[in-house]
Amino acid sequence: MRHEEKSLLSMKGIKKSFSNNHVLKGIDLDVVPGEVHVLLGENGAGKSTLIKILTGAYEKDEGEIYWEGQLVNINNPVDSMKLGIATIYQELNVIPQLKVYENIFLGRELKKGGKSSLLNQKEMKEQAKRYLQMLGQNPNLADRDLGELGIGQQQLVEIAKALTLDAKLIIMDEPTASLSGAEVEQLYKTVEGLTKKGIAIVFISHRLDEIKRMGDRITILRDGFKIETLPVKTTSTDKWIELMVGRALDEKYPKQSFVLGNEGFRVEDLKVKDSNHLLSFNVRYGEIVGIAGLVGAGRTELARAIFAADPKDKGKIFINGNEVTIKTPRDAIQAGIAFITEDRKNEGLLLDQPLDFNIALANMKSFRSGRLINLKKIKDTAKNYINELKVRPGNIELNARKLSGGNQQKVVIAKWLCTKAKVFIFDEPTRGIDVGAKVEVYRLMNQLVENGAIVLMISSDLPEILGMCDRVLVMSEGKITANLNRNEATQERIMKAATGAEEASGNLLKTATGG
Amino acid sequence: MGEAAISKEQEQVSGEKKTVKGFVSKFGALIGLVILVITLTILSDKFMTMNNIMNIARQSSINALLAIGMLLPILTAGIDLSVGSILAISIMTMGIVSVNMGLSPVLGIIVCLAVGAGFGLLNGLLLTKLRLPHPFISTLGTMNIARGLALIITAAAPIAGFPFLIQFLGSEFVGPVPVSFLLVIAVYVIFHIFLTRTQTGRYIYAIGGNRESAHLSGINVDRVLLIVYTLSGLMAGLAGLVMVGRVNSAFPLAGLSYELDAVAAVIIGGASFFGGVGTVWGTLIGAMIIAILRNGLNLLNVSADFQMAVIGVVIIAAVYVDVLRQRKSKKA
Repeated sequence: MRHEEKSLLSMKGIKKSFSNNHVLKGIDLDVVPGEVHVLLGENGAGKSTLIKILTGAYEKDEGEIYWEGQLVNINNPVDSMKLGIATIYQELNVIPQLKVYENIFLGRELKKGGKSSLLNQKEMKEQAKRYLQMLGQNPNLADRDLGELGIGQQQLVEIAKALTLDAKLIIMDEPTASLSGAEVEQLYKTVEGLTKKGIAIVFISHRLDEIKRMGDRITILRDGFKIETLPVKTTSTDKWIELMVGRALDEKYPKQSFVLGNEGFRVEDLKVKDSNHLLSFNVRYGEIVGIAGLVGAGRTELARAIFAADPKDKGKIFINGNEVTIKTPRDAIQAGIAFITEDRKNEGLLLDQPLDFNIALANMKSFRSGRLINLKKIKDTAKNYINELKVRPGNIELNARKLSGGNQQKVVIAKWLCTKAKVFIFDEPTRGIDVGAKVEVYRLMNQLVENGAIVLMISSDLPEILGMCDRVLVMSEGKITANLNRNEATQERIMKAATGAEEASGNLLKTATGG
Repeated sequence: MGEAAISKEQEQVSGEKKTVKGFVSKFGALIGLVILVITLTILSDKFMTMNNIMNIARQSSINALLAIGMLLPILTAGIDLSVGSILAISIMTMGIVSVNMGLSPVLGIIVCLAVGAGFGLLNGLLLTKLRLPHPFISTLGTMNIARGLALIITAAAPIAGFPFLIQFLGSEFVGPVPVSFLLVIAVYVIFHIFLTRTQTGRYIYAIGGNRESAHLSGINVDRVLLIVYTLSGLMAGLAGLVMVGRVNSAFPLAGLSYELDAVAAVIIGGASFFGGVGTVWGTLIGAMIIAILRNGLNLLNVSADFQMAVIGVVIIAAVYVDVLRQRKSKKA
């Protein structure tokens, strides 16, 4: 901890409103060189707005920003960049078709003789190699097409880009959200290396374990106010959550146990396209079954094959012991299957359409009277779901884009409730949503099970799997490698099965970088 | 969260619409139309006469029919470049059936519409079965095929002397109102209901909004696209029928580059080129703006060359207003 040191960045009394909506109501933030400073808050607490003010995407209404003790103005992204602020967004800003070194120097290409119109590719490659080496990467990556790299390496390329800009402060917005286990480890190491060089990191994350591991100080925001800045190591995660949601959260995982019933769902010898493995498993009434595994283990592919979102080579699916034929997503929906996809923005929602339309979309048929659609019935139904699931803001005419991640997820769930589905397949249901909304999603799963639905949950969040599931299937390289009951499932056993540890330890890396 | 808080949020959301700026952005095209009408009324005393207004109604009808057809592919983030050529092949086959072969005019009308719909279906099949990457390509192909066929089957000669029944739509009046304009109104009302109140209509918006989400919501995307392009072709056939009535002849180069006017009407009417956004009434306003501009510039003795340039400026201005609006809503 180096609190006594001079601040690198000091934001004081930052306020920002959009029309009448006060998003930031006077926020202070102090960052010293070489620290990892975590921003924690529920969706809508003001984290992204604060970051956007820092990166020059928004202008603040009130308040002061000091950079190395000097009062500065950040009116646009160039101002921010010149100060030495770089941002690694969750959705990476890279161009897959260009080479790695071209990405690193994009927009600031080096020219031959300084100002000629010919590119100095040799020099750019050399420099790119040096920065890659600095980040512990193979320097020869510089010449590869960026699209060939895994997400983790692409992210490192962005960090390299920040280094070429002489960044003194790097903002990372949920950087581990789409990384595999090995890639996350690599990122931790990289961050450690950066802080040793005196670079400060502002880190946004919802994963408390990783905050605990990486953070030096944590600033908690709620409803546009700064609640407190605390040292990470000496405070408990429960304390953070309490400050973040403004009340003590009863439990992070509100697990409920129900009487185990008959088998309700069974997959038999399913062969995902381009895979060599046959997959079989079942789910009984009264249980939540989790599917754990590393990114790229084939979990989403399995779900997509069940739902016929992608073609499958073979395989039978049984609901209540009866085989159902599923050739298209439409068949799957008619059979009573719901698929809450991992990418809600691109696969779950129509972002520029209102909530009621989104909710009715997968079961439009039920709103027909004769040839016409009963718009009032859609509105009434949507309102019911929105009240029931506490979607905020609860205006059904609002476009889905305007909602926070957690609320968007609730709309997706409402859409599937609206189809009267009996089998719910959740793929990373709580990714990128805040703790409060997570608990609501878990409660909903409980309710579904209680009301006689089958619930299957794919998740990369191990605590979530351990916290909510009655049984855990583990996948590795396209195979189901373990089937563990709640009392057998531990972090170690799952990781062992997920990495195929008994086969070869080298597989960990292979799977992880295979994307 | 209490009742009061919720209603406050709703107010904030709808508050945007209540401001003057919100009004301009929502009814931009309509305001443009009103300003245009007022300006022309002041500049030319011939503009605001019953005769001239009915003239505009008649002149606008062909483009209005093509534009309502074009709205559908654009709503799905596609385009149909072939409508001008489909118009030509439709009326040439009708000419062969009803004039050259002397068969019944009713059969001719059916053939005209069927050829239009058939070529539209072909566009849809190219897109959904051959999986051509974008309708720009498939319809560019059929645009040339249909035009070529229209020239081939008639040896490039025009056909005149259509029976009254075929001419009826394009040439007759009910009182002072041209039948073709009544047809346009009827077609627009039907399309409005189709797009806002039927399952397929809503699916068209869903596909344009996000094709993958639509697919995973159980929508048969291919089937909807087939309907979209078939209807676009059908509207081209219907526009051809109106055209034959108006000029009492069919010629193989009819409708040349009409597809671009149709696209212009849809875009001026506020539809998004990226799909999912656009309305029937916006399109009607777009078609009216183009027709009134042409008419007004004629009355003011502006040459046809200038008219073209002016319409170009209007297209760009209309879309720019939309860009400004979206930029604003993104910032908020």
